[in-house]
Amino acid sequence: MKDLSRRDVLALGTTAAAAALFVNPLAAHAETDLAKDLIKKFTGGKNAAEGKIKLEMPEIAENGNTVPLSFTVESPMTKKDYVKRVIIIAGGNPRPEVATFNFSHLSGVAKASSRMRLAKTQNVIAVAELSDGSFHMTKTEVKVTIGGCGG
Amino acid sequence: MAKSKPRVKAPKKASKGDIVTIKTLISHIMETGLRKNKKTGKIIPRQIINKFQAKFEGTEIFSVDLDPAISANPFFQFSMKAEKSGEFEFIWTDDNGDVYSKKSKLTVS
Repeated sequence: MKDLSRRDVLALGTTAAAAALFVNPLAAHAETDLAKDLIKKFTGGKNAAEGKIKLEMPEIAENGNTVPLSFTVESPMTKKDYVKRVIIIAGGNPRPEVATFNFSHLSGVAKASSRMRLAKTQNVIAVAELSDGSFHMTKTEVKVTIGGCGG
Repeated sequence: MAKSKPRVKAPKKASKGDIVTIKTLISHIMETGLRKNKKTGKIIPRQIINKFQAKFEGTEIFSVDLDPAISANPFFQFSMKAEKSGEFEFIWTDDNGDVYSKKSKLTVS
């Protein structure tokens, strides 16, 4: 085999760069699959409709170590009709599960706030389970400047 | 690790039917189990608060199952409909089995 010319080397470099570009979206895809599995586990395979739940998070989080999150689910919160559980999922984190909030009809309103970690820019998903067995979901994108999971 | 210190901000008084807001915070490192010790390269074992419960007169009103993605010093804000006077009890459970709790009284008029 002849020695690699300068042109060949450059061509190789471009191919490698292109390959790297292709790998990244695939990796991102795998993470959303993790989130999907988690939603499936939570809903037991049922479809979660969009809406009824509102997730408030900052558009840009400078520090991924503590990102405020707050959600509200539309519900009268009576003994017959209330929100049972809300799960928060961050598909771009090394482990996508964030927390599960359990409500009761004594809660008054289905509303809670906390602070979470985000490894990188990603969609955060919230899924609510109502007492009638229906599921509702929403998601919001948070841009993260400094990730919050590294050492 | 220093002993965790729970803090609670709950109203002392409310009118019947009011929706009261409660804020809780506990000092805790919430070690994810994903970080490595930079010197030894060994993974630092997970140690988090994995459960938070809020009870009123012994009945659970709100609880959270926490995963490592909750920030250090876990903070929660939530609500309750004030129907009668009674006592709140807030309980945090650590991975290592430690349980922290705090109580607060509410008078409903």
